[in-house]
Parts: sequence; structure tokens; C-alpha cells
Amino acid sequence: MWLTNSSIGRKVIMSVTGVSLILFLTFHACMNIVAIFDVFGKTGGEHYNWVCEMLGTNWYALVGTAALAVLVVLHFVYALILTLQNKKARGSNKYAVTDRPAKVEWESQNMFVIGLIVVLGLCLHLFNFWWNMMAAELMGAPAIEATDGYRYMCETFGNPVFLIIYLVWFAALWFHLNHGMWSAMQTLGWNGKTWFCRWKCIGQIYTTIIILMFVAVALVFNFCA
Amino acid sequence: MAKNISFTVRYWKQNGPKDQGHFEEKHMQNIPDDTSFLEMLDIMNEELINEGKEPFVFDHDCREGICGMCSLYINGTPHGKTAAGATTCQLYIRRFHEGDVITVEPWRSAAFPVIKDCMVDRSAFDKIMAAGGYTTIRTGQAQDANAILIPKEDADEAMDCATCIGCGACVAACKNGSAMLFVSSKVSQFALLPQGRVEAARRVKNMVAKMDELGFGNCTNTRACEAVCPKNESIANIARLNREFLKAKLAD
Ligand code: HEM
Ligand code: SF4
Ligand code: FES
Repeated sequence: MWLTNSSIGRKVIMSVTGVSLILFLTFHACMNIVAIFDVFGKTGGEHYNWVCEMLGTNWYALVGTAALAVLVVLHFVYALILTLQNKKARGSNKYAVTDRPAKVEWESQNMFVIGLIVVLGLCLHLFNFWWNMMAAELMGAPAIEATDGYRYMCETFGNPVFLIIYLVWFAALWFHLNHGMWSAMQTLGWNGKTWFCRWKCIGQIYTTIIILMFVAVALVFNFCA
Repeated sequence: MAKNISFTVRYWKQNGPKDQGHFEEKHMQNIPDDTSFLEMLDIMNEELINEGKEPFVFDHDCREGICGMCSLYINGTPHGKTAAGATTCQLYIRRFHEGDVITVEPWRSAAFPVIKDCMVDRSAFDKIMAAGGYTTIRTGQAQDANAILIPKEDADEAMDCATCIGCGACVAACKNGSAMLFVSSKVSQFALLPQGRVEAARRVKNMVAKMDELGFGNCTNTRACEAVCPKNESIANIARLNREFLKAKLAD
């Protein structure tokens, strides 16, 4: 199958899973913004918890979660395969002197390491919000009602250590997507001399907006809630 | 008027692909700055021979920037750093300064094994070309030049892609050891012209398959290749290669 046994095919897997994850992040960021309105409206999380409840009781949210897990695993496994193959292709002899050209983005050469930070952040995030919330519910005795996502956010972001870890995580994601977005379009062949600057610009603005939405929620919950 | 400068050349010695390899140093005295880099190495080898030492082995042929044989990794940049991109044979000593230590290394990539010192085996590129970098044309009377009309922009773009000389600097610069800039330029030079369209799908599949088989890496769009290409090939070619490849595979 060309998707798995050609270099371009493997890149297509990376880009399609990557872009799908970006779409999910967009949804997630929009959902979080609801919680900001709750903080400023002093509603005690009424609206945000309504979203949690709606997602928690729907079968399609479960299917979505499973699909997301598949996407993340595929993206990660192929990231690993590509990185190992590339190391082998480079060979064992290293250059004594290297000079990175100005137009080569630092993040483009360190996507795997940045991705690892993203995975670690993801593990913490799943522990904070999925294990403590959903799994606790499935097993019976949650410390806080599972649909009270708002309370979970107050508890987590109220802790300065978690706040800082989450900010580092967002920064890593920003770097990853800053390169990832135009790179995905390039991989899918939707690029050229004119579109190169456009995709880079669109990618940077889009990434920055999404990440700022996440950062805003974390900060608002730390300082105001 | 040429100015003379003195500097140290730190060059790579390696006896074949299995050897560990090491650096050796040679001080060069009073070299005119309008000497080309390869002429400077000729002078160095002359001196080494006179001292009874083994000369330094490097590739070269045309010495006018068109054959793609010269291939030195100089101070961390393939072909050395120039303003607009040039081959090693078109690099001049005026780019360097009095007292510099100039480090000269071979292209380092698993697909380009070292033959000796800084001469590497780039026949992998020939194998990729043989897999599809041609048009199948029956010999006989050449047809009228304007029987097939081609827009000027397409002809220019195809010509720009065809200026790739197959030097391998793109592979040498790439942290993934990927040959995508070379392969995409060669696929593009045909894909852009009606004569090349006939076999376009077969060509792109075969050339990419050969590239993968020979152990080149997967492109992650770092753009190091286009930054060092002496012929200024663009990664727009890589997007075109991806497009051609996906089209061909989806049509199967
Ligand atoms: C929410 C999480 C993530 C999103 C939204 C995301 C998104 C993307 C996108 C859009 C690309 C570009 C695909 C392409 O160039 O064709 C990409 C590439 C890549 N990602 Fe991720 N990614 C995520 C997580 C990860 C993780 C966890 C890793 C693993 C350690 C990782 C490693 C890589 C690598 C190595 C590349 C290849 C670089 C390249 O081809 O340009 N990513 N990612
Ligand atoms: S694309 Fe540029 S760097 Fe690569 S082989 Fe062709 S001329 Fe050399
Ligand atoms: S020797 Fe021919 S391009 Fe440099």
C-alpha cells in the first residue's frame, strides 16, 4: 500500500492526521471560551457545564474520543518511524561544523522533540481532566461531579505549578503547528511559489489565535476564578 | 587588484566507506583572493606532493558550475556560503578572511558513501534518473519545432527545473538525508511540458520508488535544501512532486 510503503505516503499520513488534530483543537478552543464567559458572568460554570453534560451523555462524543485516540496514535507512530528512518538515511558520520541557513525554521528541524513535549503535556492533561473526571465517574466515586468541568478547571489552573506546565505545553504546540500547518499543505501538494507565503501566513495567524485562546482560559482561571 | 591572504585548511581524510576518517590541517600562505576554491586546493595538493605527503582527493570536472561534480561541505555549508548560491568551483577565496580556519568535509549521507577523502559516490542519483528521468521517443525525423505550442511561462519554469545539475548539495544539507529537491526538479522538468506529460504518472511513481529503495530519507519540509542549492531550485518543485505522485496513485 503506497500510504505506508512510500516516503510521500507516510508523509500524507502525518499531514492528514495532523490537520484533523488541528480541527479538533479548534473545536476544543472554542468550547473552552464558553468557560471564560462563565467566569466573567459569575455563573458558577452554568454554561460550560451544560457543554460538558451534552458531550458526556452523547454516543457520538465517545466515538469522537476513540477517533481522536486513533489519530494521535497514528501521528505518533509515524512520527517515530519517519524520524528513525531519517536518522538512518543521514548516516552515522556527523558533520564537524554546521551552519543553519537563515530561512530554515528551528522548529522544522525539531518536530519530533517538540512533539514529545506535546505528548507529555497530553498525558498530564488526560490525567487531570479525563482520568480524574471520566474514569472516576465510570468507576463510581468521583471527587467532583463529572459534569462539573468548571470546578475541575478552577482546581487545575488555580495551581501555579500546573499553570506553568500548561503554558509550556501550549508554547510547544505553537511551535509544532507553526511549522506543521504549511508543511501539511506542502505535503498534500497544495503549495507553490505564490501559496507558500500565504499558507505560512495563514498557518501562523491561525496557530497563534488557537493557542492564545487556550492560554487565555488558563490565565483567566488562575487569576479570576 | 587581488589581495593575498593566509589561512588554514582543515580537510577530511578517509580511506574508503568503512574507514573512520579524520581531519588534517595545512597552512596556506599568501593566496590571491581571486583564486577559486578548487585552484587553491590544487596549490595545496602541489605543496603536499612536494612535501612527500598524500594529496587530498576531491571531485571536480567542468569548473564552470554546470556539471555538478564538485561537492565540498565548506564551513558547515554545502558548496560554501555565497550570496546567491554557487557551486564549489565558483567559490572564490575573497569570501574568506586572513587567519580563517576553513573546514572542508564530504557530503555526509548514508546514500552517498565516501570513496576517498571528500569524493563521494553519487551514483544513487544516476539510478533514480534511469528509473524514469527521460522521455521515450522514437528516433527518426525531428518534428517541426512549433508543432507543439508551449506557453512561455511553462517553458521557462521547466528550464529552471532542468538547471538542477544533480550535485547532491540538497541531500548533504538535509538533516533527513532526503533527495526530494533533486527528484522533484527532475520530475518537474518533464511534468511541465506536454512531451513529458505522456509518461508523467509512470515516471513519478518509478522515480520516487527508486529514491525510497536507495535509502534517502523522508522530507519534513525544513527547506535546508533550497537554501543551499547552487541552482536555486525551489521547494515549489517538491509540492509539485507530491501533487504528481498523489494524482498518479489515486488514479491507479
Ligand atoms: C495535538 C497534537 C498535534 C497536532 C495538532 C500535530 C500536527 C501536525 C501537523 C499539521 C504536521 C504537519 C504534517 C506534514 O508535514 O505533512 C505535523 C508533523 C509532525 N508531527 Fe505533529 N501534531 C501533533 C502532535 C505530535 C506529536 C505528539 C508528535 C510526536 C512526538 C508529533 C510529531 C510530528 C512530526 C515528527 C512531524 C513531522 C514533521 C513534518 O513532516 O513537517 N506531532 N504535526
Ligand atoms: S536540486 Fe540543487 S542542490 Fe539538489 S542536486 Fe539539483 S542543483 Fe544540486
Ligand atoms: S566542477 Fe562542474 S559544477 Fe563545479
